[in-house]
Amino acid sequence: MNTKDMFDHLAALFPDLELQLDEDVPCIIVPPDAIREVGLQLRDDEQLLLDSLMCLSGVDFADGTLGVVYHLHSMLHNHKLTVKVVVPVENPHVQTVERVWRTADWHEREAYDLIGVIFDGHRDLRRILNPYDWEGHPLRKDYEVPEFYNGMKVPY
Amino acid sequence: MGLLDKQFDDGNIVLTSLEGVLNWARLCSLWQMSFGLACCAIEMMAASASHNDIMRFGVLPRPSPRQCDVMIVAGTVTLKMASRVKRLYEQMAEPRYVVSMGSCSNCGGPYWEHGYHVLKGVDRVVPVDVYVPGCPPRPEALLEGWMRLQEKVRDFSLVKPQNGKPQNGRA
Repeated sequence: MNTKDMFDHLAALFPDLELQLDEDVPCIIVPPDAIREVGLQLRDDEQLLLDSLMCLSGVDFADGTLGVVYHLHSMLHNHKLTVKVVVPVENPHVQTVERVWRTADWHEREAYDLIGVIFDGHRDLRRILNPYDWEGHPLRKDYEVPEFYNGMKVPY
Repeated sequence: MGLLDKQFDDGNIVLTSLEGVLNWARLCSLWQMSFGLACCAIEMMAASASHNDIMRFGVLPRPSPRQCDVMIVAGTVTLKMASRVKRLYEQMAEPRYVVSMGSCSNCGGPYWEHGYHVLKGVDRVVPVDVYVPGCPPRPEALLEGWMRLQEKVRDFSLVKPQNGKPQNGRA
């Protein structure tokens, strides 16, 4: 199945959801409060069986929106799918898929740490790379390096 | 030694200063703390391996800072790691020395401009005795740095003032 077929399959299963198909870079855009429900379907559907979350990335699109990109792979069917979620930067809440794919646990912590996407329902949403007392999310496009951290001068 | 030279039959007497023999003993058994932070640690391990064999300088890697004389800061010091490096340094017994190995720990290296998370030189948290340049330095460079450190230890004196000030624990 290619992305278009998967999109048609999903659209028939979720008629109430605003799913979008991006044919430029083939991916399916899912509303942020439906990703868990859609994710369970993607994982367990007999025709899809996207059981492996290869990568979960946080993105700052620099136009007032943040995004989460899910790269999925099916071990059985050997097909791939890219799913995107886009949220406004003022309210960056996305449903967690940590209990759908266990891989998502640390990946979501990383996206939270570096981009600042908040994953609702995540059981342990702490920073994973930066120290716990770090301020801000360093991979945001508007991030400014602090002058000092714990008394240590940061700029060169 | 001239007048007394060869005057002792059993040949078991050597005349030297106390400082000379203490410094000689210390510089031939500088124990290093075994920890590495990034790719420089690979070169540090290569310096310990058979081809370069830093152990011929009396270097033993020790797992505890209490048993160490020298800390080789081998690699990128992140801000998160900097407080740990400082604590390890403080746990070492005096006299203690620091070798900063590689561009990252010398000055931030390739992360000097965009590395929000990198300390721009480990000398911002601990005093450094020898800087070894390179990215990463070859094991030979580390050995050269080590010999510079040995020269520093050789000149250490408990009583002789240096720069008009008495020396404390650090040479």
